[in-house]
Amino acid sequence: MRPLSYARATDADSAIALVYENRDSEFLAGGTTEVDLLRQNVLRPRLLVDINDLPLNKVEDLPGGGLRIGALARMSDVARAGSVVQRFPVISQALLLGASAQLRNMASIGGNLCQRVRCSYFRDATSPCNKREPGSGCAALSGYNRAHAILGTSDKCIATHPSDLAVALVALDAVVHSRGPAGERAIPIDDFFLLPGDTPEREHPLEHGELITAIEVPATPVARQSAYLKFRDRESYEFALVSVAAAARIEDGAVAEVRLALGGVGTKPWRARRAELSLLGKPATEASFAKAAGQELAWATPTPMNAFKVTLAQRAITRALATLLKGAGR
Amino acid sequence: MNRKVAAPLTVRRDSAQTVTLSVNGHAHELWIEPRVSLLDALREHLRLTGSKKGCDQGTCGACTVWVDGRRVLACLTLAVTCEGHEVTTIEGLSAGGQLHPMQAAFIANDAFQCGYCTPGQIMSAVALLQERHAADDEIAEWMSGNICRCAAYPNIRAAIRQVRDAAGGE
Repeated sequence: MRPLSYARATDADSAIALVYENRDSEFLAGGTTEVDLLRQNVLRPRLLVDINDLPLNKVEDLPGGGLRIGALARMSDVARAGSVVQRFPVISQALLLGASAQLRNMASIGGNLCQRVRCSYFRDATSPCNKREPGSGCAALSGYNRAHAILGTSDKCIATHPSDLAVALVALDAVVHSRGPAGERAIPIDDFFLLPGDTPEREHPLEHGELITAIEVPATPVARQSAYLKFRDRESYEFALVSVAAAARIEDGAVAEVRLALGGVGTKPWRARRAELSLLGKPATEASFAKAAGQELAWATPTPMNAFKVTLAQRAITRALATLLKGAGR
Repeated sequence: MNRKVAAPLTVRRDSAQTVTLSVNGHAHELWIEPRVSLLDALREHLRLTGSKKGCDQGTCGACTVWVDGRRVLACLTLAVTCEGHEVTTIEGLSAGGQLHPMQAAFIANDAFQCGYCTPGQIMSAVALLQERHAADDEIAEWMSGNICRCAAYPNIRAAIRQVRDAAGGE
């Protein structure tokens, strides 16, 4: 690891100012991505500004039924917060199906959204990688890409977004709140994650020195009936091959309301709007679920190595909805 | 934007300096750089070699310690960030020469072969009981951050169940 300077922030504004003024600096929260990739020479800051003492770790109910999650709340604390478990079970489940107990105790919610991709060519610090070194090429396109994305890909990058939490938040229309040198802003989460396109090095719209302060989840009654389904190569402590965040409400046997988002298949956490649209008003049957899943995955651009994800994702959507709605409102 | 003028923060240089760590109830002054991990600080500077370096990338769990009573990975923690916090390692688990019940249960259940992952397993196992995720069908999931390449898993789970049951519940 290269030498590092270090500052511990006592308030958000001085942390923001210090990072903004130093191009070679980064915020340090839980460190589970930052320290790992520093050691791999993938991230190369000269100064870390430790924000862990900032008072941004609360999980609060908002008037009207929403939820505000402080950016420095830890994955483990959010997963067990009462209102999350009761009113937004998909968030709790997504968190608990990610990482390990130790990592969940360390990793912050803001950092979770900013975690870097698991593509081995990005992480080896030597292969061509447009994300790490713009213009150098993408070794994954012709390399070992079994775990890579099939939706939202470009000819510059096919890395999968790794977060489980983000998939649940995308399904729930969460909003990312940030504070930077230019002030505060609120970014709808679907706009927070950028498709790789021609600029895969740019993963989110935050400017240098801009800090995530909180995630807000709007009141979403349908989220009481929500779940996260995750398929992976081993049963625990692994990233998703395919995952589904689902919430739905049935009226008179038909789908009255539905939220669907996919993980493990997209270059960003993938809101399955085509499948949602296809499902509305349709009978809550496996045939409807499968048809909707097929319409979403019709847009997939798989490689020979990850083509299995097209089928797996459709089955996962179908199973997630069938499991969720078993015995509910039929 | 309406806000107070931010006071400039103290930036600590990138070379060796005094870092004060409280480990197992004792304060220590170390002469280390900010880039030094908690794991290296413990092993190379404090000679507390119970915490093991397996992968050094947050995958194996051999370096599991507690910071303020929560289990974390010492390899992904910078030592300087632990100033003002309490670090507990496997060396701090036994009291007055008496093994912690989990250490005794690991021996009684033959819960290791090579022993390299054992300190991390035990630090996780004790935390697991405190987190109340020690039901029979929860232990494997909540211990999955500690990898045992000798595959002593059935005996590790037996040791955890034994301590859980002796303490009277999950």
